[in-house]
Amino acid sequence: MTRPVTHETVTESGDQGGPGVQATAADDKRRVGDSVFRLLATGSGLTILVILALVAAFLVIQGSPALLAPAETLKTQGYGEFAAWVAPFAFGTVWAAILALAMAVPVAIGIALFISHYAPRAIAQPLGYVIDLLAAVPSVVFGLWGTSVLAVATQPLYLWLNTHLSWIPFFGGQASGTGRTILTAAVVLAVMVLPITTSMCREVFLQAPRLHEEAALALGATRWEMIRMAVLPFARPGIVAAVMLGLGRALGETMAVAMVMSGGRNITFQVLTSNNPNTIAATIAQNFPEAFGLKTNQLVAAGLILFLITLVVNMLARWIVARRAEYSGAN
Amino acid sequence: MSKRIDVTDLNVYYGKFRAVEDVTMTIEPKSVTAFIGPSGCGKSTLLRTLNRMHEVINGATVEGEVLLDGENLYGPGVDPVRVRRQIGMVFQRPNPFPTMSIKENVLAGITLNNARLPAARKDEIVENSLRGANLWEEVKNRLDLPGSGLSGGQQQRLCIARAIAMEPEVLLMDEPCSALDPISTLAIEDLIGQLKNTYTIVIVTHNMQQAARVSDTTAFFNIAGTGAPGKLIEMGDTDKIFSTPDLKVTEDYISGRFG
Repeated sequence: MTRPVTHETVTESGDQGGPGVQATAADDKRRVGDSVFRLLATGSGLTILVILALVAAFLVIQGSPALLAPAETLKTQGYGEFAAWVAPFAFGTVWAAILALAMAVPVAIGIALFISHYAPRAIAQPLGYVIDLLAAVPSVVFGLWGTSVLAVATQPLYLWLNTHLSWIPFFGGQASGTGRTILTAAVVLAVMVLPITTSMCREVFLQAPRLHEEAALALGATRWEMIRMAVLPFARPGIVAAVMLGLGRALGETMAVAMVMSGGRNITFQVLTSNNPNTIAATIAQNFPEAFGLKTNQLVAAGLILFLITLVVNMLARWIVARRAEYSGAN
Repeated sequence: MSKRIDVTDLNVYYGKFRAVEDVTMTIEPKSVTAFIGPSGCGKSTLLRTLNRMHEVINGATVEGEVLLDGENLYGPGVDPVRVRRQIGMVFQRPNPFPTMSIKENVLAGITLNNARLPAARKDEIVENSLRGANLWEEVKNRLDLPGSGLSGGQQQRLCIARAIAMEPEVLLMDEPCSALDPISTLAIEDLIGQLKNTYTIVIVTHNMQQAARVSDTTAFFNIAGTGAPGKLIEMGDTDKIFSTPDLKVTEDYISGRFG
């Protein structure tokens, strides 16, 4: 950056007023590189916005015929009145995702803490790789596993839950004979959500400042108390972000859900029956091949609803993270 | 409230590397003992063995005895967590918990021991500890605001308040002023002068004037060279160490000829 300024150059160019600060050819070249890089970076940033806008535009344009069509027309040419038709699927989408996260998040945080604060290094690293590897398994494989292995294996458990714990509303109703329920789908989703949530949690746990961990230990905290005092509060925004990433994946996942269960337009919190609420993504995938005309528009409109759900979830996450910003570890 | 520390034949290791060799010393109660010496001489490492914080680091081990009023801190069946609850520590950089308010920070250690204190008792502890750390007047109107909003010197005094809220037997200070400006340093040094009436204080410092100002006893550590373990060279009354030390190397160090 600094060019050596010898005494000679100062006297030589002294008349021009700015010895040593005159731009040289090398400087100009560097400036060009600077602006090219800035252009590239700005371009990439804009591209993502443009893509998002195009997706939104596609959904609105292609979906609007169904959104604007009178209920009567939709009944004959589509799948029925829009709000009443999409509501159960929207419910199913959110319900399946919540079930999946309820199972995945505690496990993900546990694994991440084990890797970051409990396991000896020799175990922690390989375990981290294995978890990341889970993310590389295609969702269709998870779907196959869900139908042919998990559903069969868990069916007796479901029967038991249904017989003995049916007073808990979730486990009520007539238990499915195949095990292909929303609970099975949620377990599959949970496994799929696990890698991304775990690796992100692990990253933020590792970033917890040593300084505060030692402060807690020096006060006589046990390892778990230290984690509660110095690691988890610091990592909270990161955990929320990790959960949201997982939620994004769970909300949009199609294959695993479509393969594991045959859902319908049911709004029910019972997780063991054969009458499962379908998700938006699975509904679109299952119906799209035979759809035409207004039906296609209606499916795209359902996609728009999914898009909005994801958007709201993300905004909610931002809000949660920002709410206690002044207490965050950042300062 | 204040106990005596006897260190006998202490060797401290990081993995295979011996950081401190054969230290034997006595630290008197209700006095300030300063550890001085060049960087890497093991004085901070030794300090961290006194409340078993050394072993928090991977592969770190200790040989020898540290007696707190005759009770070996490294004896079999001794729980390091219990040791740390009796021996408070203040670190080089102020480290109040950023997610806690000033009040919660002071009570952080107390709530570990005994979560169900009545609110009035908690308020009393908060006020006494903050007064003890000369911070009460500055923060009494904003106890529920985050501790990270305070200045560096105030944060360090908050950490001292957090440590003395536990009513420790001993207070260890690892270069407590090295990240602070001179005014804040003066405030902490005054505080140390008051705290020694109640606690046994051990302070590691790079600042020899500070050692001379605040301590009653000074221990000088040195290393033979890079990779060699740190050793206790000379220990005695601060006045003597800084005027007529027994050893030439001590005199060279305190007069600024090396280090």
